[in-house]
Amino acid sequence: MNRFLLRNVANEAKLLLIGIPVFIWTILPIYHLVLFAISSKDSAFSGNLWPTHPTLDNFITVFGQKHYFLIHFWRQLWNSVFIAAMTGALTLIVATTSAFAISRLKVKGGRMVMNLALFTYFIPAAFLAVPMYRTMGLYGLLNSQWALILAMMTIASPYAIWVLKQASDKLPAELDEAAVIDGASPMQLFRLVYIPLMAPSLVAIGAYAILLAWNEYLYAFLLLSRDTSIPLPVALGNFLAADDSPWPLLMTTGLIYAIPPAAIYYVFRKYMVSGLTAGATKG
Amino acid sequence: MSTATIAQPPASMDAPVRKRGLSQWQLWGIILVIPYLLVFVLFVIYPVFYAFWLAHSPESYVKLYNDPIFARAVVNTLIFIFVAINLKMAVALALSGFFLHDRVWIRWLSVIFILPWAVPSIPTILSVRFMLNPEWGIINQTWFKLTFEDGPNWLNDPRLGLFFAMLVHIWKSLPFWTLILLSGRLAISNDLYEAASVDGSNGLQKFRYITWPSISQLYLTCALLSAIWTLGDFNSVYLLTGGGPADLTHVLATLGIRYLRLAEVDLSMATIVCALPIILPIVYVLMKRLSK
Repeated sequence: MNRFLLRNVANEAKLLLIGIPVFIWTILPIYHLVLFAISSKDSAFSGNLWPTHPTLDNFITVFGQKHYFLIHFWRQLWNSVFIAAMTGALTLIVATTSAFAISRLKVKGGRMVMNLALFTYFIPAAFLAVPMYRTMGLYGLLNSQWALILAMMTIASPYAIWVLKQASDKLPAELDEAAVIDGASPMQLFRLVYIPLMAPSLVAIGAYAILLAWNEYLYAFLLLSRDTSIPLPVALGNFLAADDSPWPLLMTTGLIYAIPPAAIYYVFRKYMVSGLTAGATKG
Repeated sequence: MSTATIAQPPASMDAPVRKRGLSQWQLWGIILVIPYLLVFVLFVIYPVFYAFWLAHSPESYVKLYNDPIFARAVVNTLIFIFVAINLKMAVALALSGFFLHDRVWIRWLSVIFILPWAVPSIPTILSVRFMLNPEWGIINQTWFKLTFEDGPNWLNDPRLGLFFAMLVHIWKSLPFWTLILLSGRLAISNDLYEAASVDGSNGLQKFRYITWPSISQLYLTCALLSAIWTLGDFNSVYLLTGGGPADLTHVLATLGIRYLRLAEVDLSMATIVCALPIILPIVYVLMKRLSK
């Protein structure tokens, strides 16, 4: 009995020995971010490991746009929201219609479209950035937020189509047959049967596209340059241009910018994880 | 159009039901894939061909070959991919075993553990960047308090700079791969482990004969997918070191952007073309594994 207990304690200790470093490793950069957000500049720069005089002054400065780098804070926050929402909506439209046509209507050449999408998914976005930048220039879309929205939709839709097609393959074939017998047109089937049944996957994909667009930095800073049209991440990057960056303000803005996607992620975690792993665990 | 479709022999067994509506279904199918095909042609095919056209001159490649920064970036990219992927996947494999343990605190830890993946990378990378600041960063300040000596200028050493870029990359992507491998492990039947326990096998043997054979294919797919995403990781290097010091920590993903900013678009495109020999074989294998 005693030996059994001892082994149990040793086991728990071993788990803690892994768990504690994992916790520190995970939380350190985020803790540092929060620490800076609630510290004054002097306190942040003196290397305190915990907040000696926690203050919300940084948030007041950011929300009041009271710093040179933050003059357009609300505007840029809105830009981020707008770009993410539009990307989410457009990706959903494009991906849902394609997945429906390929999986349920069995359109000819659907397999090829799937492979094209999958191939696009495998091209690293960073390598498509420069060609995309030049092409947007040719289309006359540079400095328009639509350039970024269309680019993000292009990057988000292949994975979206792939996941939605797999989810929709699992719906029973009798659905289509019953709909045909009842004399439903394809669009009625799409609207009245398909969309409601696919709702959980659609939520996951919508959240995926929104997060992708919200988090994007490279495309945003290539395609947009006016202070009033850039989203928040580019504004954060611009802080670095100054030698004497107001780091606590930068971290505060960064924290505000990081909270919505984290919240979305945790709210939709169940959907996201199942959607993502369904894609990746195959093979 | 409709006559051609009707003339086709019925393809599936539910043909009697569908026959009448077949052409209508095909027509709607075509209409509904058109939006994606348009996106694909306008924003994938056209840019890619345009890029190849811009990078068609052999002179660009000669210029690129003679640029020492390019050679350095290729070496950095190879090191980055090799070290980051193997380290990340090995740790993810080990941690997925850790998160299998059913404890309340481990469940809470797994919720926190996802944070790096859930938050955008810009604020956290910048946070790490300031932690490594030689004068004001928290690391060197603590170093000074403990040793009364100045700490190293971390990001001013190209090797350390690249090392930290890899760490940041691993920090960000580790949760995702751990989660995937965890779901792979959870799919293994518990009966196998119980049978092994009855036969008196230890943990290592269970891993060797049950866990690994069950998830090795998944592990390989993950490693390949991760290779592509690592190759395209622009943020970790660009936001941490900016390619510096003296452009010694560039990888191919950031080098393309550097040339673009120097208004040398042909070199930028040539850089991307030079990455293709690494990308295309991986994409080929992944396509074979994932498209059924």
